Amino acid sequence: MSSSGDLPKPRLDPMHAKTLRRHILPRLKDRLFAMVGLSATLLSLLVLAVLFMDVLGDGLSRLNWQFITSYPSRKPDQAGILAAWVGTGWLMGLTGLIALPIAIAAALYMEEYAKKNILTDFIEITVANLAGVPSIIYGLLGLGLFVRWMNLGRSLLAGAMTLSLLVIPAVILSSREALRAVPNSIREASYAMGASQWQTVRYQVFPAATPGILTGIILAMSRAIGETAPLMAIGALTYVGFLPGRGLFSRFPINFDCLLEPFSTLPIQIFNWVSRPQKAFSVNAAAGILVLFLITFMMNGMAVYLRYRHQKRSRWS
Amino acid sequence: MAFPLQIRALSAFYGRKQSLYRVQMDIAEKSVTAVIGPSGCGKSTFIRCINRMNDLVPTFRIEGTLLYHGVDIYQSDVTDIRRRIGMVFQKPNPFPKSIHENVAYGLRIHGVKNKKEIDQTVETSLKKAALWEEVKDRLSQSALSLSGGQQQRLCIARALAVEPEMLLLDEPTSAIDPIATARIEELLRELKKNYTIVMVTHNMQQAARVSDTTGFFLMGELVETGPTSQMFTNPSDQRTEDYITGRFG
Repeated sequence: MSSSGDLPKPRLDPMHAKTLRRHILPRLKDRLFAMVGLSATLLSLLVLAVLFMDVLGDGLSRLNWQFITSYPSRKPDQAGILAAWVGTGWLMGLTGLIALPIAIAAALYMEEYAKKNILTDFIEITVANLAGVPSIIYGLLGLGLFVRWMNLGRSLLAGAMTLSLLVIPAVILSSREALRAVPNSIREASYAMGASQWQTVRYQVFPAATPGILTGIILAMSRAIGETAPLMAIGALTYVGFLPGRGLFSRFPINFDCLLEPFSTLPIQIFNWVSRPQKAFSVNAAAGILVLFLITFMMNGMAVYLRYRHQKRSRWS
Repeated sequence: MAFPLQIRALSAFYGRKQSLYRVQMDIAEKSVTAVIGPSGCGKSTFIRCINRMNDLVPTFRIEGTLLYHGVDIYQSDVTDIRRRIGMVFQKPNPFPKSIHENVAYGLRIHGVKNKKEIDQTVETSLKKAALWEEVKDRLSQSALSLSGGQQQRLCIARALAVEPEMLLLDEPTSAIDPIATARIEELLRELKKNYTIVMVTHNMQQAARVSDTTGFFLMGELVETGPTSQMFTNPSDQRTEDYITGRFG
């Protein structure tokens, strides 16, 4: 008998309780969890696919040039989304103009300048909470504050300011995240050159965080673009027979009055059509959803692209 | 020999924790002063006091004085001090921009706008840092495409671009490979002809190879300082001898 025969045999007998507990069960659990995770992922993809196919089947035939270039109408086959998508464009542009400077300035201040104390902690928590407030609440706030108290009426401007309330906390959060991701060694390098804090932020930190900030902006805006509830709350119209914002330059330098006109948006138009009894209008709604889908996909695609570029460039460590 | 930097009874505190105890040291002009000692002995804190990088730590404060050409560093304009006393860090930290932009940054923030002048300074700085030949054809490429050793030499070039009188190096070779380290040591021997250099190092052989004067720190105290050759052959303090012979640290 060789000496190796005296060594204890490895006990991988599956019936052995210890083997089961130490080797087989953990592996089984791993596999099980991977399966659960995979099916959860697939489920959400499946839901999206079913939704998309359904809308595509309903609306694709209605999606044509006439549909995109016509005002709403009582006759479903003559109705279109011109006022709605132009309104959405204006609303998003104005929201961006109002919300982004405020949000980015706030993020820069909170991340780069503010001292850490109880007050800034409190502000931080408040901003995080604001980002989670249901959008209808912002709609009611907009109705009370902008439409009634500031007397802006059910206007494009009031709508944009209301959506800004929604966008600002989200952009603050994502921008702070992006700023925090800039390694401290970059700040140190800049300070060690004799740069002031403003120069360090302006020339190093902010440019390095820009792709991340842009990603957050696009995601926040593409969520805001689909918002219906807050705009319903402030009373956006469902029938607009003219283009919003026309005549902006009719008076020097800018004729702000046109921003005080009523407006409609894609989600509002879709909501209106869906709630009508005629079948033809729900086809219109499906076509409108396709357009909204397309815009959102494009914005998300842009965000993904920016993040990809960001990852490629920023090999700091 | 002139001593542009005189450190008098320097104590440093992070909050309540004291990390330097009444350090006295004179830094000689146009030479390399090495600061050695085990981890956590305060050598990085010490070197960061010189260009006031510790000001960025909210709870930090010092006692004592640092006189630079007779003027108290902590009473001077901090951006001016940092321009005149450049710094290179442990981990190469180029900006995520082009090689050219990295070197030009210091000039831009100090108000130089003339493109010709900037280009000229970028070239001479890269030459001084012995990097010009390797990068002259790709100045517009990202600095992050360089190797670790090249990145560190770029950081040296960046610091040299604003024409400092003094260079602080905080373990400049601890994150790069031996060959790149040898190149940087060679570079330091060249640079000390024109610059006053203070270098923190973990590596005692490096201190012996490169420096003229060595200071040994232990638990926040400057135990001993003297000519490098004497420190490594005939130290006067028992603790120094224990450290350099490898009995601890």
